[in-house]
Amino acid sequence: MSAVIAEHDEHDEHHHDDHAHGPDKGLLRWIVTTNHKDIGTLYLFFALVMFFVGGSMAMVIRAELFEPGLQFVEPQFFNSMTTMHALVMVFGAVMPAFVGLANWMIPMMIGAPDMALPRMNNMSFWMLVAGVLLLASTLFMEGGAPAAGWTLYPPLVLQTGKALPFAIFSVHLLGISSIMGAINIIATIFNMRAPAMTLMKMPLFVWTWLITAFLLIAVMPVFAGAVTMLLTDKFYNTSFFDAAGGGDPVLYQHIFWFFGHPEVYIMILPTFGVASTIIPVFARKPLFGYSSMVYATASIAFLSFIVWAHHMFTVGMPIAGELYFMYATMLIAIPTGVKVFNWTATMWKGAMTFETPMLFSISFVVLFTMGGFTGLMMSIAPSDFQYHDTYFIVAHFHYTLVPASVFILMAAAYYWLPKWTGNMYNEKIGQLHFWLSVVSVNILFFPQHFLGLAGMPRRIPDYAVQFADWNMISSIGGFIFGASQLLFLYIVIDTIKGGTGEKVSDEVWEDAHKHGLEWTLPSPAPYHTFTTPPTTIPTEHI
Amino acid sequence: MNTDDLQQKNARLVRNLVLVVVAMFGFGFALVPLYDVLCDITGLNGKVAATAAKEVVYPIDNSREVTVEFITSLNESAPMLFRPETKKLIIHPGEYYTVNFYAENLTDKPMVAQAIPSISPGLAAEYFKKTECFCFTEQTFKPHEGRTMPVRFVVNPDLPKQYKTITLAYTFFDNTKTQ
Repeated sequence: MSAVIAEHDEHDEHHHDDHAHGPDKGLLRWIVTTNHKDIGTLYLFFALVMFFVGGSMAMVIRAELFEPGLQFVEPQFFNSMTTMHALVMVFGAVMPAFVGLANWMIPMMIGAPDMALPRMNNMSFWMLVAGVLLLASTLFMEGGAPAAGWTLYPPLVLQTGKALPFAIFSVHLLGISSIMGAINIIATIFNMRAPAMTLMKMPLFVWTWLITAFLLIAVMPVFAGAVTMLLTDKFYNTSFFDAAGGGDPVLYQHIFWFFGHPEVYIMILPTFGVASTIIPVFARKPLFGYSSMVYATASIAFLSFIVWAHHMFTVGMPIAGELYFMYATMLIAIPTGVKVFNWTATMWKGAMTFETPMLFSISFVVLFTMGGFTGLMMSIAPSDFQYHDTYFIVAHFHYTLVPASVFILMAAAYYWLPKWTGNMYNEKIGQLHFWLSVVSVNILFFPQHFLGLAGMPRRIPDYAVQFADWNMISSIGGFIFGASQLLFLYIVIDTIKGGTGEKVSDEVWEDAHKHGLEWTLPSPAPYHTFTTPPTTIPTEHI
Repeated sequence: MNTDDLQQKNARLVRNLVLVVVAMFGFGFALVPLYDVLCDITGLNGKVAATAAKEVVYPIDNSREVTVEFITSLNESAPMLFRPETKKLIIHPGEYYTVNFYAENLTDKPMVAQAIPSISPGLAAEYFKKTECFCFTEQTFKPHEGRTMPVRFVVNPDLPKQYKTITLAYTFFDNTKTQ
């Protein structure tokens, strides 16, 4: 193994001054780059910026809900905030962050020199930027940004002002960008693996991304179709969703959720992959049940296509439909349970240490399970009539997205930052960031379960006084959580600038080189890696 | 692997994946007719036939009473007056009834409007037959014209026992602009 690395070092040094093979100088480097590491960095920075943009919108929401009554913003703007917060976080922050990780890590994990389609890679990033800018521009348009919720249900969404066609075109751009990213990832994984890297030896992050990429190319086009129908209904007199012309608004809900349910798994499957990568390293054990993890991921992906109507139990389905969607949804708990137990078993009797990536990963396992359980509660059709469109669902999906997807993204950043930058982050501040985040995220979202059960509807700027106390507590949690994330920003910048000043080793974490190919490379990872494929691969992750 | 081989392999894979994308875009649109067919067959969603039912003679079940309620509403505050003349009727399944609805154009311009029916509970929709309804075609109103319009209906005696109340709701949509 070390012989192979030495060969690479030589190779890279040999080309060090060769202009064609190093990064371009100056700003142009970032615009025209086709290097997977550069594009990964672009995606990750963009996602971080969007995380703060979407987070600021959440702060507006929590400030308005701090007390009953209308304090700071108009109801219409409040509704724009809930809508834009969701769209920015889903399409601008979480998805691009995982694409960024995929760009950085997949070639390094499978022993490939770059992504399979580097030019398309560049294009998909800049299309994402264009899409998000277009979406943001709707905030300044006559009639305001879309305010019908991220689901864009008609007929309400058709009452959006001048912003509607821009929002729809922005969804098209974001969709095309994701599809191109997904095609690139599939092509990379299928065609660029090192010869020794058979499918069932791939790290789980690669596996989960492969499955996610298939979900993306299957459902993003369906969403593009649905918003296109909205567009023609509004401007070209079609009646897909317009009852006056024989259409049906409920049809939109079916098409949307046929996309929407796989979409939520698009945000959680790579999360599972990162957790399965980090936990074994810090438990100093191989991952428990590698192949069952692969099959569980595939099962979850398959099930995601046949459960969509559990988002619409209250639209008036026949009892047979409710029962089918209820049981099919409950089935998802089985592969998900397999995963949770596998992570637990991986930690069992492991020689664990609790560095920041591990802390975030452990809290992911615990808090994601809580989000999963509330999901199970809502899968029960008769109970769902109580939870539907209340703060209970808000609490549920925030538990599966914030202390799950976002925490794992944090874990991933702490875990790989030393490899990316060659510098060590400040462990003390990292742990402070973790503890502030994990406590405040629960103050923020846990009370929302109570609010929902007591009947507080979602997407309202004002509420009955009976909900005042828990809303205030939730808002306080929100402000602490929001402020804590500035620590993360500080740590990232600090680490890039040199961090603790300590020179990190190639494997960074003890014995990490046994878990993944990326740890066999020098730190920081050279601009070009694996220009010749590695001959042996580590197997500890299997 | 040499570069040409890899490029060919990539090109083939990308082509296939793009085909999947195109097919799934089409599938989104295919859901539209699929949904309509499914709703037609099952009568889900309170969707009712948009054409008149044939006047069939059913055995009248005098032992059973079903309450039929009539509700009207206007879409996006269409400039109309619209109300049922009968709010509630207790009927026997199998017997034909006629109820009247009143609609008026409140504007100074001619108006084209379409009434869309919906039946709740949705699964009772297929047992509710209308032989005459103003909802089968678009209605044209002269400026400030008001009109009483009949609906003739029957409830099929096969209606399952658990349904004791059926609500027929009409929403008038102002279609003048789209003409």
